Amino acid sequence: MVGDQTPLVSIDKLRVEFRGEDGPIVGVEDISFSIAPGETVCVVGESGSGKSVTSLSLMRLVEFGGGRITSGRLGFSLNGKQIDLAQADTQTMQAIRGDEIGMIFQEPMTSLNPVFTIERQMTDGLRVHRGLSRSAARARALELLQQVRIPEPEQRLKQYPHELSGGMRQRVVIAMAMACEPRLLIADEPTTALDVTIQAEILALIDRLKRETGMAVLFITHDMAVVAQMADRVVVMYRGNLVEEGPVERIFADPQEEYTRKLLAAVPRLGEMRGKSAPEPMRLVGETASNAPVTPIDVDPKPLLQVHNLTTRYPVKGGLFRRTIANVHAVEDVSFDIPRGQTLALVGESGCGKSSCGRSILRLSEPTSGEVLLDQTDILALSSRDLRRRAWRDMQMVFQDPFASLNPYMRLRDQVTEPIRNFGIHTGSAVEDRVSELFDRVELPRAFMSRFPHELSGGQRQRIAIARALAVNPKLIIADEAVSALDVSVQAQVLNLMMELQAELGISYLFISHDMAVVERIAHRVGVMYLGRLVEIGSRQQIFENPQHSYTKSLLSAVPVADPTKRNIHDDLNFRPIPSPVFPLGYKSKPSTYDEVAPAHLVLQNEVGLDAAPE
Amino acid sequence: MKVPAAFRNTKGIVGAVVVLTVLAVAILAPLLIPADWATRMDMRARLSAPTWAHPLGTDQLGRDLMFRVLLGAQTSIFIASAAVLMSIVIGLPLGLVSGYMGKTTDNVLMRLVDTLLSFPALLLALTISAVLGPNLQNTIIAIGIAFTPFLARIIRGEALRVAQMPYVEAARTAGNSDLRLITLHILPNIMPVVIVQATISLAFAILAEAGLSFLGLGTQPPDASWGLMIQASRDYLDRAPWTALVPGAAVALTVLGLNMFGDALRDALDPRTRGEA
Repeated sequence: MVGDQTPLVSIDKLRVEFRGEDGPIVGVEDISFSIAPGETVCVVGESGSGKSVTSLSLMRLVEFGGGRITSGRLGFSLNGKQIDLAQADTQTMQAIRGDEIGMIFQEPMTSLNPVFTIERQMTDGLRVHRGLSRSAARARALELLQQVRIPEPEQRLKQYPHELSGGMRQRVVIAMAMACEPRLLIADEPTTALDVTIQAEILALIDRLKRETGMAVLFITHDMAVVAQMADRVVVMYRGNLVEEGPVERIFADPQEEYTRKLLAAVPRLGEMRGKSAPEPMRLVGETASNAPVTPIDVDPKPLLQVHNLTTRYPVKGGLFRRTIANVHAVEDVSFDIPRGQTLALVGESGCGKSSCGRSILRLSEPTSGEVLLDQTDILALSSRDLRRRAWRDMQMVFQDPFASLNPYMRLRDQVTEPIRNFGIHTGSAVEDRVSELFDRVELPRAFMSRFPHELSGGQRQRIAIARALAVNPKLIIADEAVSALDVSVQAQVLNLMMELQAELGISYLFISHDMAVVERIAHRVGVMYLGRLVEIGSRQQIFENPQHSYTKSLLSAVPVADPTKRNIHDDLNFRPIPSPVFPLGYKSKPSTYDEVAPAHLVLQNEVGLDAAPE
Repeated sequence: MKVPAAFRNTKGIVGAVVVLTVLAVAILAPLLIPADWATRMDMRARLSAPTWAHPLGTDQLGRDLMFRVLLGAQTSIFIASAAVLMSIVIGLPLGLVSGYMGKTTDNVLMRLVDTLLSFPALLLALTISAVLGPNLQNTIIAIGIAFTPFLARIIRGEALRVAQMPYVEAARTAGNSDLRLITLHILPNIMPVVIVQATISLAFAILAEAGLSFLGLGTQPPDASWGLMIQASRDYLDRAPWTALVPGAAVALTVLGLNMFGDALRDALDPRTRGEA
């Protein structure tokens, strides 16, 4: 794959600085690597490593974000000549952007202009760079949409971005980037905002286009599993510097640098828990955490949480008087139990109702019907006063976004103290002692107590959120995508903390996540949700080793494996988009009925828009 | 007391200096300058351009503009601040409760606010002032009520946004009562908007007072207020532009200073910017 021709791109000692309040801030300190024609180079690193800055520098877009290339060469071979993009003038760059170098951004929701049709957006570049007539540009746009396998391309051209799903939009963005047959495609986290099945399709698409057109790909990502699936060569970055560079097989099999080893160790690999019955802590290099299985707690025969036929519907308002015109069936007849000291993971794609389910149990969203029993207390029957006094003393929640779940105007001490005082758990000086103990428990220095949230990193904030949830000694913690926003090494630390707390305090978790590899490591039982229904539930081994429902199977097949020797992302993937969960008023949905294929392994019998799902 | 970092940069210093100066003039001028200096007419020097005798010129009745601006500060600043304070005192709880409670409470309160909004603010103030009778206190009430719906609307929108933030939900599950949620978790997070809106409102309040005075319902001649002076200059703009420029500059300077002061105040209250210079 790597030819001995001159490289297409050769970055040499690149340094990029940003203007800061107290002098320049270094975004990229010293980076050198090259990209050969037809090669996929993955730049991987955690947030703040400078990987996006590197790609934006190559397009000279970094200047629009207040950055400045202070030294280094950005060699690019143009018409057989090497030119330095760092010195190129505006006109040269305009001719190169979109023509020689195409770019795909992370957020398909915002990288298309909402006020123009797809046709207008796709033909603009063609008419500027290629001087095509309106009709020729339209023909080419159609051809491109076919190339990225968008169904009914003629229809799509007339549509606006909001009429397309996230996956479709990202296909359009890719088609636009491909419009002028660039020799280099820069993809900056192109699948991070997408669901796993759509991610698999987009990765397969980029890989196929690369093989068909022979363009080189610079792929920026934080996800080692995606790297393993896509890369020919890998560049590992850390804090603006290159840590290690090499062929993908070598990086995964024999990493040379400590940082690369750490990064790889923290990545859970789907399938590595095969044959193990109990969850295991995440691996961390350089930490003495034992890799022994978490000691299982004696399972109380009476479950802690019982959810029976839980249904939550949100009204869709419309018309002149904002009457309810339809219902979103967010959670539809869902039942499960969680024993003491165990973790039930709810998995599924965005919009499947897993978060609504968690919120309904806490009554942050009011369920429409059903029964929630926590230690035999009927949660849904409680008055709002008792809900506050009793239910939330036993159940707490950890939210997804650590940047939004702490009050920016309140000191951390006060945020952790609040539940202790409100629930009257301790009084007087005991409160202060309890808060100190909680900070110790989540492994944060006590000096942090008088800090404000913005002074902490994402992982530290999530520890505070956990400390706040632990403050009341809850029996159940609902963790809604609690580690999704964190870098992989931080994610592993937070997960291990949660598992330790479970072993020591006997807490149960309802762990809501889209990350199958994480779930495989930490859950006792797994429930798969689709379109508001629980389509399959069973022990972790049952779900991961013997999935029965076609949706569970397709979900598992779409997860990229963090192993370059096991490439499972192929071009023939084609998942069905999730149908709409909006139903007319008075729609009678059928109750969920299950087959018990093995003890405590239930598979939904109902058809839920899955009739033609792939095997 | 330590001076917050937000008041240690140029903008913060200029804002604080201007606001303090205007306040000092408003409070001290009536004590130091005899009241009749603002109303004394010099018929030989009507509409006089700035001279040594009248450094900022005179108006159509030969009254000294410098003294009128200095003595008018008290009326203008007092009426504007009191009216804005009143609109905050009414509008803040109204908007907070409406945005936080939602549903019927929100509907009832906001329809009330919509009703008030459907009248032009000045017309509303005019009506209230006419009903209550023209005096200082009623002018404040009139402007205060007229400004309340705008503030309530903006605060309600912010409260609605903040109430849906995960930290408010987390605080709710931490056992906080509605009152604690509103005062400890929502209020601090909407203060930036309140401060910005208050500084803008102050400028409009100065002008609203002018409007009322012009129609005979605010400050009564021969007393001076900035708004009254701007209104009075209307007929002489071509011959004596300084009659408008002098009070206009006073309003502009005050508003500019208030905006800078407001920004610095907002930064000083925000823990994210409090520590930085």
